[in-house]
Amino acid sequence: MKPSFYLLLITLLLASCAPMPTPAEPQTITILTHDSFAIGEDVIKAFEADNNAKVVFLQSGDAGAVLNQAILTKDAPLADILFGVDNTFLSRALDADIFEAYQSPALTDVSAEYILDDTYRALPVDYGDVCINYDKNYFAENNLTIPQSFEDLVKPEYKDLLVVENPAISSPGLAFLLATHAHFGDGYLAYWQSLKENGVVVADGWESAYYTNFSASSGQGPQPMVVSYASSPAAEVFFASEPLTEAPTASITASDMCFRQIEFVGILKNTPHQALAQNFVDFMLSQKFQEDMPLNMFVYPINKNANLPDVFLKYAQVPEKPAALSYAEIATNRDAWLEAWTEAMK
Amino acid sequence: MRINFLNHRDPETLRKSILRAFASLWSSRLLIWSAPFLFLLLFFFRPLSKILMLAFNTTALTRANFQLILSTLSFTFYQASLSAILTFILGIPSAILFARFNFFGKPLLRALTAVPFMLPTVVVASSFNALLGTRGWFSFLFPLSASQTSTPIFHFLLILLAHVFYNTTIVIRIVGNALSRLDPKLEGAARSLGADSLRVWRHITLPLLRPSLFAAALLVFMFDFTSFGVILLLGGSNFSTLEVEIYLRVLKLPNLPLAALLSIIQLLFTLIFSILYTRIINQVATQTAPRFSTSRPPKPIREKIFVASFIILLSSFFFLPLVSLPLRSVTRLEADRGQRGEVQYGLTTDYYQELFINRRGSLFYVPPMQAAFNSLAYAGLTVLFSLGLGYPAAYALAKPTRLEKFLDPIIMLPLGASAVMLGLGFILSFGRALALPWFVPIAHTLVALPFVIRTLQPALASIPERLRQAAATLGASPFRVWQTVDFPILSRATLSAATFAFTVSLGEFGATLLLTRPEYPTIPIAIQRFLSQPGGLNYGQAMAMATLLMLLTTLAILVIEKLRLSDSGEF
Repeated sequence: MKPSFYLLLITLLLASCAPMPTPAEPQTITILTHDSFAIGEDVIKAFEADNNAKVVFLQSGDAGAVLNQAILTKDAPLADILFGVDNTFLSRALDADIFEAYQSPALTDVSAEYILDDTYRALPVDYGDVCINYDKNYFAENNLTIPQSFEDLVKPEYKDLLVVENPAISSPGLAFLLATHAHFGDGYLAYWQSLKENGVVVADGWESAYYTNFSASSGQGPQPMVVSYASSPAAEVFFASEPLTEAPTASITASDMCFRQIEFVGILKNTPHQALAQNFVDFMLSQKFQEDMPLNMFVYPINKNANLPDVFLKYAQVPEKPAALSYAEIATNRDAWLEAWTEAMK
Repeated sequence: MRINFLNHRDPETLRKSILRAFASLWSSRLLIWSAPFLFLLLFFFRPLSKILMLAFNTTALTRANFQLILSTLSFTFYQASLSAILTFILGIPSAILFARFNFFGKPLLRALTAVPFMLPTVVVASSFNALLGTRGWFSFLFPLSASQTSTPIFHFLLILLAHVFYNTTIVIRIVGNALSRLDPKLEGAARSLGADSLRVWRHITLPLLRPSLFAAALLVFMFDFTSFGVILLLGGSNFSTLEVEIYLRVLKLPNLPLAALLSIIQLLFTLIFSILYTRIINQVATQTAPRFSTSRPPKPIREKIFVASFIILLSSFFFLPLVSLPLRSVTRLEADRGQRGEVQYGLTTDYYQELFINRRGSLFYVPPMQAAFNSLAYAGLTVLFSLGLGYPAAYALAKPTRLEKFLDPIIMLPLGASAVMLGLGFILSFGRALALPWFVPIAHTLVALPFVIRTLQPALASIPERLRQAAATLGASPFRVWQTVDFPILSRATLSAATFAFTVSLGEFGATLLLTRPEYPTIPIAIQRFLSQPGGLNYGQAMAMATLLMLLTTLAILVIEKLRLSDSGEF
């Protein structure tokens, strides 16, 4: 083998470890986020033009993975902003103290119930409800009534009809587990035991639950009920293969049966671009960004003034009374609940 | 070289020349090792030790943890051994089929067996579902109720099936490649001395195949041992391997000290397997006849039955689940959904057309051609890197000194490192620089390198030194020696190795290691994006992208196999 080839290779490898060159202007701002983040191109272009900035997104796994990385790299952060911590992870982020406080003026357009952190380190950006979706066609064909409570789900007529996600792995799965805990308190394990006896199927994540197990998705699986989002029926219409006038699925939004996930953004400590980062947070809460979000991520805007797209108004349902569980309570107990659940479902 | 020493009469000159030879041997060895070793040091040992040092502490050493470790470890062993045995049961006859016989569609079928290896697990699961699910056509033959399909034993069987589906290609490539390199004269000689087929197999073929059998066994076992996606996806909530448990303890039920302990245990076992392998294999040199193609059409009726039945078996096992993907990608599936009257099934190219439209003006839209280009570019670089690093390492390992005996087992360690832990180590070691696109092929190379080395090593070891000496004596330059002696013998192994590296990269193994930049999306990332939101169009596009990935890889493998035929000349 030629040594010169190796020299070249080694140089290349070493060169690739060198820090990134930063252009003098425009300033670059980096946002660390999860894999499901999406936003319109012209929205970001507008921010870049207004602020003489370049926006770079880093995606690194799901919300939990991203938070972990942010905590590990607290002293030398990978990015300037972290978006995507939700209320089930919020206290871990706050305890690790990775965020800088910033009371954005844009928060005046946000209803107070979503501002969970009163030190303004984590600011709410969007929310979505995790609810059971059902296959309308299946229930109509079989003359089944739609279950209206957790108690209904363990009745014999719904045997083998529900697929959920493993809460230890998937975030909607965890949300659903939390909803059962909010409803049953410590009796949640006994409830899951009876769900298990009634043939509940546990898939690893949302993708396999929805596309492999759920009967109304294009995967045409065996179960007509799946834990998904209240906005999923709207997505089914928006992403239909051919125009639909009615969604093939709907959500069960009975009281207590849904869990509201709120996603937060925070400015990472030690960022050299603080002013620009604050501008970006303001921008995320602005109407322009907020109105673009629903169709890109199928979540609801946190800004009261943001208008919803038609497909949301027509096909997405909003539960009146989602399950209530404080983020502090979730923080203290989530690991213990998950361990107990995993043990009980073995 | 060593033979030359014997010609010296004077003991003093002899001693000196031995010393000189050893000194140059050592320095050349160090030079050979510098690149692969530096690579592993920089991109494997340093990140890994950083995270382990940060995470590990003695609080993890509790009784409860040891019980967890013990039960996880025993399940990991159990499923890996069973899976590996089943993979061999299917793999060995298939390897014989491909090495010994010619039949119509052979290159295509062989290429197909490698496709599962690089498809995302979710896609494979969904194609299996189309076949085996409660609405799949298979259910007409073997109707299973939902309560039967949710039992742990059913999940366990699915795990085994998936492992066989994924890893048979390893056996076919490594063992089949060695089998077709065997000198047919040896078997012919045994037969002419009156040995029957069974005796020929037991005393000639099998012993000669030993190195590649063990190499394949080790790789298959390691892949099953560190299995992750398959266990999560198909195991329900009932099963976890060490790798799954590490992932859970890093991300979901955070307990970094325990995760570090589990990682160390997994690495330790990888090392043990690897040392065992090195011991067993102990450099069995294999005679080869690179210029003879030993495959021919099946002749006696027995062979015809064997060939026909295995073609049917392999094509139904590999072809049917895979063919459901392209079918799905051109089928409209809205028909019996929702409460709409008209049922219209039909063929459509909508999903493919939709791939080219950025409907929501999204910044994260993935143009299919760019994704294909990125995937291919990363795969190409991975092949380049892993061959460039793997060649010298395999070369040195094939003629081991004490240094290699020590280094040999270490080569396998990247396969046993948990992707999540290594990922954290990468982030700690490289920080913001990780966002550079360079890191993608580097991470892929880390996974591909053990394959490449283990594929090249038996082939390199099989080249008799006297062939090289003979060529050199006849005045051939070192390059000419390499060109006329090494290369023809190595071309098959090199192409097998290249195929592995290529597929490892296309399948995005080790992707969890990295921060992805949306500017450089690959096909698996595009598939993942489509599957993360509901809707028939998303599902259809995911299937279309998966079909593209399948076509691309099948084509690439066919091209690689064509290269082999034209390069090695006299076939």
